[in-house]
Amino acid sequence: MTELSLVQAVNAALKRAMDEDSRVLVLGEDVGINGGVFRATEGLFGRYGEQRVIDTPVAEASIAGVSIGLAAQGFRPVAEIQFTGFAYACIDQIINHASRLRSRTRGRLTCPMVLRAPAGGGIRAVEHHSESPEAMFAHIPGITLVMPSSPARAYGLLLSAIRDPDPVIFLEPTRLYRATREDVSDDGAGLPLARCLTLRPGRDLTLVAWGAMMREALEAADQLAADNIEVEVIDVATLKPLDGATILASVARTGRLVIVQEAPMTCGFGAEIAARVGSGAITSLLAPIERVTGYDTMMPYLRTEAFYMPNVSRILAAAHRTMTYA
Amino acid sequence: MSDEEIGISRSRVLDAEGKIVGAMPEFARDPDELLRLYRALVLTRTFDTKAIALQRTGRLGTYASSLGQEAVSVGAASAMRPSDVLLPSFREHGAQLWRGVTLKELFLYWGGDERGNDFGGPREDFPNCVPVGSHAPHAVGVALAFRLRGEKRAAVCIFGDGATSKGDVAEALNMAGVWKVPVVFVINNNAWAISVPREKQSAAPTLAQKAGAAGIPGAQVDGNDPIVVRAVIEQALARARQGLGPTLIEAVTYRLCDHTTSDDASRYRDDAEVSRHWAAEPVARLRSFLTSSGHWDKVKEDALLHECSNAVERAAEEYLATPPQPLSSNFDYVYATAPVELIEQREAATLLAGGSR
Repeated sequence: MTELSLVQAVNAALKRAMDEDSRVLVLGEDVGINGGVFRATEGLFGRYGEQRVIDTPVAEASIAGVSIGLAAQGFRPVAEIQFTGFAYACIDQIINHASRLRSRTRGRLTCPMVLRAPAGGGIRAVEHHSESPEAMFAHIPGITLVMPSSPARAYGLLLSAIRDPDPVIFLEPTRLYRATREDVSDDGAGLPLARCLTLRPGRDLTLVAWGAMMREALEAADQLAADNIEVEVIDVATLKPLDGATILASVARTGRLVIVQEAPMTCGFGAEIAARVGSGAITSLLAPIERVTGYDTMMPYLRTEAFYMPNVSRILAAAHRTMTYA
Repeated sequence: MSDEEIGISRSRVLDAEGKIVGAMPEFARDPDELLRLYRALVLTRTFDTKAIALQRTGRLGTYASSLGQEAVSVGAASAMRPSDVLLPSFREHGAQLWRGVTLKELFLYWGGDERGNDFGGPREDFPNCVPVGSHAPHAVGVALAFRLRGEKRAAVCIFGDGATSKGDVAEALNMAGVWKVPVVFVINNNAWAISVPREKQSAAPTLAQKAGAAGIPGAQVDGNDPIVVRAVIEQALARARQGLGPTLIEAVTYRLCDHTTSDDASRYRDDAEVSRHWAAEPVARLRSFLTSSGHWDKVKEDALLHECSNAVERAAEEYLATPPQPLSSNFDYVYATAPVELIEQREAATLLAGGSR
């Protein structure tokens, strides 16, 4: 066991994947000698060389596009997009090609690639560096979408993403890159994809979140426990395909659901969860579903971003509304 | 600016009348090889005619004809080795047929059946790329894969004049140049991107010169001369296989047809312009050369037309007799293993459709 930060866990998973499978390549902007702007690929260039750790020109669409060509040829490219706002340039390649290569060739060509990008705010970054675009990717058939929330989960989920036979979008919560450290066993064990992780059991209320918001969700659960409200905290982890069964089973027990999402509210991923619960567990509900989300505004610049971000007190307020609903 | 000033001149071996005006490449000294090319041009055009007829009678989806541009397609594919990989746009039926995609597979694809992309022949070739030019980066990835494995293979990526306005193409040329990967980009410059003429795509005098900014060689050829198309692409592929990097080739041809069967080109271009270009079309050009050099005559022509027509009719019948895929197949290829939500949707959809499909 070694204590690792989330970004170090990503780095460890990349090393492990590259050690165990020579088809795994890393490509992106500044991923080579610089080790990535967040240092996620630190040390890879020296260890595996320029054949497997490839600095690309500044061309995000083609970073995705080249990965598709490599993947169709049997490589396992892991592409890094430097910042969230630049990932939008890849969406054409992801929607029109990566996601559907298997389907449109009826399995003849496939696309086992991973597109990694840091996501989310709260890091006092310049504009276009703090967005939460997960819902846009989650809407694409054929895509697997993962957002880890701790070093150990980042390690296990990234390994599974790289080993997956289909394209995976892996959004890493920038705010958590160095926020905490955790024991990570670098044993090559992957965590299952398409499975929600119940981080804390509870009988009164189900609190669902993903990515960086897990911190606030767990903190809120701690505080609610002091008021004798037992909160079940679920880390969605893989947003698509969604493990709806775990959420439905939890809501069936608790009867109350609060969803936390950093992204803007409208058409956010929380809406999908609410809809699933609305059709799959509505008779269990004792109160309306609450969503604690970012606002339907642009992601603000750093001086006011704290007002945008869902925080513990907003989650507590939603939880109390749910608990006192009559 | 003249072509000479920018260092790019349009090369050709045969002129519009099929007379030799350039140096015959090695392969073209073998009449059988030229007859193979001619047969491929004729087969492509026969397929094209049938596809349009099927579309007009409601038995095929919207179809993009390749009328007049067959020499680009056939010339490019004939320069390739079987182990190379083709990444075509949506108008390269001639290239696909040469590569071993079957007529039936082409009919299936244009008839709206994904199985048409499950080529029995060239298993690694990409399916048609419909979002214009977005396959250019894929070709760089495929070529990079060849180089990383140390294979003497190359990728050939074909797109139209309109695609050269896309960022994807600019990015791909640039990246291929930096990495010196074995890929040949071929522009099927058919003068029209639906209704927008070539001169409204770019102020550059040639599209081939876009290679210059990427630091790679560019060449412009007469795209209605299958001999020069093949010869120049063969040279580019040889260069690629030697590790010398990518090439951009602009093959200048003309779209004698509508953009697709959903288009009416008379809305935006003169019939007179189209008529002028019929004088330079590739099938008659190669036929003239073969006839004047004593390798072709009316009897052979009739036999070939008959053979191609039979093959196309047979394939069309097979396509029409092929039942659609079961509804469940739409769910079966989204992921390697269908997740729970897709299995549920598949079951519900199958039930709605009456259980059998």
